[in-house]
Amino acid sequence: MDITFVIEKFILVAIIFGISLVIAMYSTYAERKVAAFLQDRLGPDRAGPAGMFQPLADGLKMFMKEEIIPTHSNKWLFMVGPGLAMLTACIGTAVIPWGSAITVGGRVIPLQVTDINVGVLYIFGVVSLSVYGVMIGGWASNNKYSLLSAIRAASQNISYEVAMGLSIIALLLVTNTLSLKEIVEGQHGWHWNVLYQPLGFILFIVCAFAETNRAPFDLPECETELIGGYHTEYSSMKLGFYLFAEYINMFVSSAVMSTLYFGGYNYPGMDWVLLHVGPVIGPLIGTAVLFAKIFAFIFFFMWVRWTIPRFRYDQLMHLGWKVLMPLAIANVIITGIVIAIVEKF
Amino acid sequence: MEPLTSKKKVLIQKPLTFAERIYLPALTKGLSITISHFFKKEATIRYPEVQREMSINWRGMHSLKRDEDGRERCTACGLCALSCPAEAITMIAAERKPEEKELYREEKYASVYEINMLRCIFCGLCEEACPKEAIYLDGPIVPSDYLRKDFIYGKDKLVEQPLVKK
Repeated sequence: MDITFVIEKFILVAIIFGISLVIAMYSTYAERKVAAFLQDRLGPDRAGPAGMFQPLADGLKMFMKEEIIPTHSNKWLFMVGPGLAMLTACIGTAVIPWGSAITVGGRVIPLQVTDINVGVLYIFGVVSLSVYGVMIGGWASNNKYSLLSAIRAASQNISYEVAMGLSIIALLLVTNTLSLKEIVEGQHGWHWNVLYQPLGFILFIVCAFAETNRAPFDLPECETELIGGYHTEYSSMKLGFYLFAEYINMFVSSAVMSTLYFGGYNYPGMDWVLLHVGPVIGPLIGTAVLFAKIFAFIFFFMWVRWTIPRFRYDQLMHLGWKVLMPLAIANVIITGIVIAIVEKF
Repeated sequence: MEPLTSKKKVLIQKPLTFAERIYLPALTKGLSITISHFFKKEATIRYPEVQREMSINWRGMHSLKRDEDGRERCTACGLCALSCPAEAITMIAAERKPEEKELYREEKYASVYEINMLRCIFCGLCEEACPKEAIYLDGPIVPSDYLRKDFIYGKDKLVEQPLVKK
């Protein structure tokens, strides 16, 4: 391992980290704008041109707010909670292939922090961990409403992880690999997995909504029943971290969905483009395509939020265990049978 | 029990059809409705810069009128204060001095005329009560402020600007 490798990876990590933070920051702005446009309003338009500095103003406000740590809370865990939420949200981006390798001065630089051969499992591990931030925050607050919310969030996430994992198994039967890099490369051009796994994709996206605690599955946050949610006792930038982590989660799950089902950085006609624009610009166009897909998914997340009313808690559990899980299992079986038949003949 | 009216309607909860139970048709319908709103013209008016056009009988901030020679019309009769249901108007009357003939139309005038804009309900009764056609609610929206005392508008804010003679 030479020093240039370390520097190269460090720069890549810094860039990806920066990009995910900026995207999460502007997702808050985009959310408000999309909400406004869907409701025939204007949205924030006072801070800077078209309200572009609104996220900065919000961030500044969050930093200036008074920091309150409840007396009877578990102080150490209370402080760890938001950091953990943020950490688990951020580390998911490490295995996502952001583009095909670029060649600079004879050196091949892969646009992926690490291509571990169990990338999909890693993503699942991180997603499962993300419930800890919520759980610890809710528990450490020493507030029954926060605890109720945290329990709700935990049971929701665990329920939907099952269906999500099962929907992924059908995908893995098609791709034959757990490495995200190889999954993306298997979807060259137009051969996106969503065409082979439409049901799997629908199951996955529903579970992704539940995993990111987005509407219509935003049960952990509820003013009528829980006063606020698992972050009722939080204030200042600790609260900001929780809200921010939700947007990073949204970005990461959009990236995962684009990678697994929508071809990642692949797009029709990419061979021609790669041949004609050179080894640096070509892969970067692929990266831009990936980001376009991610933004489309983020927009979809927001669009759904401002369309669909939330589920009741029993309906949520019913959907997760009695509808999505049997469907996912059926999907696995049907996919297996079809693959066996195709290989036979 | 005998039905009391003939309008009784028996409601039966129908079981959901398959299309309703899988949610997806309803979801796509809802999503298409919201996205159609995405491209509609927004109803918002950017208030301080752009103002909504008011109807012709809209009642806004009061203005104390001047006559055609630029003299104040108000004679401090107190009928506006008397008619005011919110008791927002107070005034102190004074006698016009001979050298003030250019300023006040009547021999008696209001040396102090105050309207508390927090009390005022913009009903327009002062306008109706005025025998001298001296007060009209034809101004803009009363702006916001920070202190209660700043909402008590004196003559400096209420009296119409004098006509500039050409």
